[in-house]
Amino acid sequence: MTFFAWCVMAAGIGMGIGSVGTGIGQGLAIKSAVEGVARNPSASGKILTTMMIGLAMIESLAIYVFVVCMIILFANPFIEQVMTLAG
Amino acid sequence: MTHPFLFLQWIEQQLHTHVGQHVTYTWLVMFILFAVAFVASRGIKMVPNSWQNLMESVVSGIENLLVETMGPKGRTYFPMIATFSLFILVSNLIGLIPGMYPPTANLNTNVALALTVFVMTHIIGIKEHGFSYLKHFMGPILALAPLIFIIEVIGHLARPLSLSLRLFGNMYGHEIVLMIFIALVPLLLPIPMMLMGVLVSFIQAFVFTLLAMIYIAGALEEAH
Repeated sequence: MTFFAWCVMAAGIGMGIGSVGTGIGQGLAIKSAVEGVARNPSASGKILTTMMIGLAMIESLAIYVFVVCMIILFANPFIEQVMTLAG
Repeated sequence: MTHPFLFLQWIEQQLHTHVGQHVTYTWLVMFILFAVAFVASRGIKMVPNSWQNLMESVVSGIENLLVETMGPKGRTYFPMIATFSLFILVSNLIGLIPGMYPPTANLNTNVALALTVFVMTHIIGIKEHGFSYLKHFMGPILALAPLIFIIEVIGHLARPLSLSLRLFGNMYGHEIVLMIFIALVPLLLPIPMMLMGVLVSFIQAFVFTLLAMIYIAGALEEAH
């Protein structure tokens, strides 16, 4: 029983920590992009494309964390071993 | 945890077949794309009617993006890139209709797409450069080549992983958030989430296409 409680806690805390870093990173990227567009509005198209690629790259970190959390919650590989240990 | 009712899954259960729902919905998306392409190209005129107009603007938009990203040399690979973007966009958007399931919310579909990009990148590179395609993996200094080679190979292997997991995580995460919202408050609350789903669908289709273009352009350019 404790095992499942810890699984849920690990998924929640892991997703929280993962999204903190991703949020800071994306915020910095968008900050620079907005500054760039404010200085040179005619370059907004290129800046948007580059920013999107960068954001997608940064976002994949949070997505990895999310996938790991989903594996922990719904497709945990250790459940059978834990069940046999618990009897 | 998926949609409460999927009509293709229901039909499948009546017929007692065992095909995954992502496969049946992929067939549905293929059917929609075929039908739209057929209707749009049936009577091509100088002054386009409604369907031809729609498809012309979509195709020329993708082509503009392609030429902007890859240069005029990339026009050869337009059919593949356009297929990717149309398929991913339609399969992302289909998930917003009740009773439909986006095929991209299953990892198998996305791995198939990402592996296609991965293999095509190297085929194009070898076709373009022949044996000297290996220089792409060697880096500028010959003495450091063994070290750079390992790093480059790991970097190349991470590409299909990140491509497939990004699309899967976004679509599946959106599905789950929507289901949780519907379970909490079914009335009106899921609508802002669904609006965000439209945005996410477009951005993810755009990002996948853009990254595929960049990978192919990277294989096309000369090694330094």
